[in-house]
Amino acid sequence: MRRLLQVIPVFFGATFLIFALVYAVPGDPIDALAGDRPVTPAVRAELRHRYHLDDPLFVRYGKYLQGLSHGDFGTNFRGRPVAEIMRQRFPVTIRLGLLAFLFEAVVGLAAGVVAGLRRRSLVDSLVLVSTTVVVAVPVFVLGYCAQLLLGVKLGWFPVVGIREGWRSYFLPAVVLGSLSLCYVARLARASLMEAMRADYVRTARAKGLSERRVVGVHALRNSLIPVVTFLGVDLGSLMAGAIVTEGIFNLPGIGQATFNAVHTQEYPTVVGVVTALVLIFILANLLVDVLYAVLDPRIRYR
Amino acid sequence: MLGTWRRGGGRAVAGVLAPVLLMGAGLVGCSAGGGDLKEAAGLRLPDGQIRGGAFSVSASEPEHLVPANATTTADGQVLSALFTGLVEYDPQTAEPRHAMAESITTDDQRTWTIRIKPGWTFHDGEPVTARSFVDAWNFAAYAPNANGNAGYFNKVEGYAALQAEHPATREMTGLKVVDDTTFTVRLADSFSQFPILLGFQAFYPLPRSAYGDLRAFEEAPVGNGPYEMDGRWRHDEAIRLKRFPGYKGPAPSADAVEFRIYSKPGGGYEDLLAGNLDIATDIPPDQLAAAHAEFKSGFVERRSSAFYYLGFPLWDKAFGRKELRQAVSLAIDRNAITKAIYDGSREPAHSVINPLVPGSRPDACRLCTYDPARARRILASAGGFTGPLHLWFSTSAENQPALEAMANMLRTNLGLTDIRFDVLDFSQFLSLVKARKVTGPFFSSWLMDYPSPHTYIAPLYTAGARTNRTGYANPLVDQHIAEGDRAPSVAAGITAYQAAEDVILDDMPVIPLWFGKTRAVHGDRVTHVAIDPFSRIRVQDVQVVG
Repeated sequence: MRRLLQVIPVFFGATFLIFALVYAVPGDPIDALAGDRPVTPAVRAELRHRYHLDDPLFVRYGKYLQGLSHGDFGTNFRGRPVAEIMRQRFPVTIRLGLLAFLFEAVVGLAAGVVAGLRRRSLVDSLVLVSTTVVVAVPVFVLGYCAQLLLGVKLGWFPVVGIREGWRSYFLPAVVLGSLSLCYVARLARASLMEAMRADYVRTARAKGLSERRVVGVHALRNSLIPVVTFLGVDLGSLMAGAIVTEGIFNLPGIGQATFNAVHTQEYPTVVGVVTALVLIFILANLLVDVLYAVLDPRIRYR
Repeated sequence: MLGTWRRGGGRAVAGVLAPVLLMGAGLVGCSAGGGDLKEAAGLRLPDGQIRGGAFSVSASEPEHLVPANATTTADGQVLSALFTGLVEYDPQTAEPRHAMAESITTDDQRTWTIRIKPGWTFHDGEPVTARSFVDAWNFAAYAPNANGNAGYFNKVEGYAALQAEHPATREMTGLKVVDDTTFTVRLADSFSQFPILLGFQAFYPLPRSAYGDLRAFEEAPVGNGPYEMDGRWRHDEAIRLKRFPGYKGPAPSADAVEFRIYSKPGGGYEDLLAGNLDIATDIPPDQLAAAHAEFKSGFVERRSSAFYYLGFPLWDKAFGRKELRQAVSLAIDRNAITKAIYDGSREPAHSVINPLVPGSRPDACRLCTYDPARARRILASAGGFTGPLHLWFSTSAENQPALEAMANMLRTNLGLTDIRFDVLDFSQFLSLVKARKVTGPFFSSWLMDYPSPHTYIAPLYTAGARTNRTGYANPLVDQHIAEGDRAPSVAAGITAYQAAEDVILDDMPVIPLWFGKTRAVHGDRVTHVAIDPFSRIRVQDVQVVG
């Protein structure tokens, strides 16, 4: 229950901060909207009035929360409801995020566990070296290389867009998941190695349990806690981290929407998306805390 | 040693990178080339034209698809296929010619009688009448509708009354419907160039269904043009159009067009390289040369309406002498910059009127040549320039390398050692220019509203005009502009604007730098790809051969 109550200040603090910061950016959003073509003063006044740009900050935040309380995220400066934009774009990002998440969790865990069980073997070294390389390479380099090589040159995958269903998501998901995959693999490896040296594993072995049970039930279950923590936090950051990947592969997802909105000073979209991301983050962390309890009997929430 | 490697290679399946490649390999089987150009080609008609087929064009996400509010090139691109205006512009010469208009006549350049061709309908079957135009124009100009193109109607009598916060009327007194195919427009003042305005999207007609639920209309606009919507606007993905069978104008070549929306610059070009797109308009600047070499005949280029200039803050005494501005102009080697830095994607400017519009003279500017010795002489005779010189520009201009080259030329040729750059975000930059808070020359650009010299002269140099950023005021210029507006014909008007241009090019409130170019590349499936004066692909002309 206390855990749930903590969510409230986090939510208000984060949204207000974003709201205040976004609107503190200098430059008139109506100018950004109009671009090179001048807007007439009357139209400008009407637009400013329509989007509450003349109200003080707290009044605007109040109006925003009021709308939010019945699910209204407001409209962007072009008159499209932000909720509609998010409804259209979140599925794309969620598909991408889930695929990336699946990729990093399955492949990362498998690699980490195998490496952890066979310390100093060739597999172990391979995992260490390859993860170091991937971590060292910026995501956009990886993205562009994959796109150029597998998309444009070899033609194995669609280059951009989402016209080909799941196939379109594969390459971006691999690129998006690759960085976290390395962390997962290394985390799993390290923590499994530690667990394998722990007293309770020695005890389990001494009891004469099969190696399978020792690793599967005793060592693995305990060593997974830090990995699950990481994956939980990462689920949220995958959504946010999709900005670069969606940009490279032209996926009409939430990351791309945010990037464009920041670029064109579409503040209502930025605030709306960030509010939604804050909610996702809070929920993901809540879920992780609950999962702890399942994995570790010592952790219980009252 | 070798043995170990081989064994290791076998087990590497459990590694990290190997699974990626494996999964990739697993999917190869089900992708045949990755293309999705399944559309059929067109049929060759007896006159050699190819009719039918479908093709795809790259686009960016439009901002608005209601003509009155459509301000960007992307908006105009889609709308130009969905609507037909009273006039259209020759894709090559930009000369206006009648499209939906039967005739546009006037005796005094102030009251215009417009007759439209009878029998035309909107895509939903509603007849296009004089009222379709008049209502659309009133809707556009009514300030509470907050339309981006409202300003285009400022010459119509009664426009001012619609600009109050709560206007008492919704109609401009200058617009009168005479009968189903005739209406008259009375302007607040004579304006010889008025017919040229009428091809711009702000002047398109609207069907009655538009006003009920504008948001819904925008998702699937109903126009009177050669193509109609095929489904709704799929935001950030695509807009599909199909041939409108009831079209009364010249029939378009292809049956269907798909605008593919790329938000990443260059995304369309990549898709074209991979064989998934027919026409790309977003060639990245650094790949221009490669694109030209690779596509040869598939590479299309034409002048755009962009005019790039260096404006001077004339309210600041330091820049008050025209000799200083002339010296700066003579010290800039425009040829070198457009060639070396822009790779020929810009063209040196020798006039303030873009060569794109009829009435531009290629050598109007005597002081736009590169003559460092003369520049030094003029500056010395005017008493030189002391103190730091601030150059202002916006980040979105992406012109920093050119501006640095320009600064170097001013250093070497004029001895201005202390040059500083003030780079701002675009909207901030614009706010400061408007508030007259920039402290030195500012780099800016101007796009045409309609292909008449008027669009490059009046808004920028008329004393007190809202878009006159330099604060320039010369009664002689105002007089020439007024003469041009009152001139008895379009051509006579142009002569007067040229006279204004001569004065401006001597005073140099702005220094002409260069003009822009637009480009497109297309694959082998399509021919007859042309770019119109507004940097839009003429989709109705594109023929599908493959």
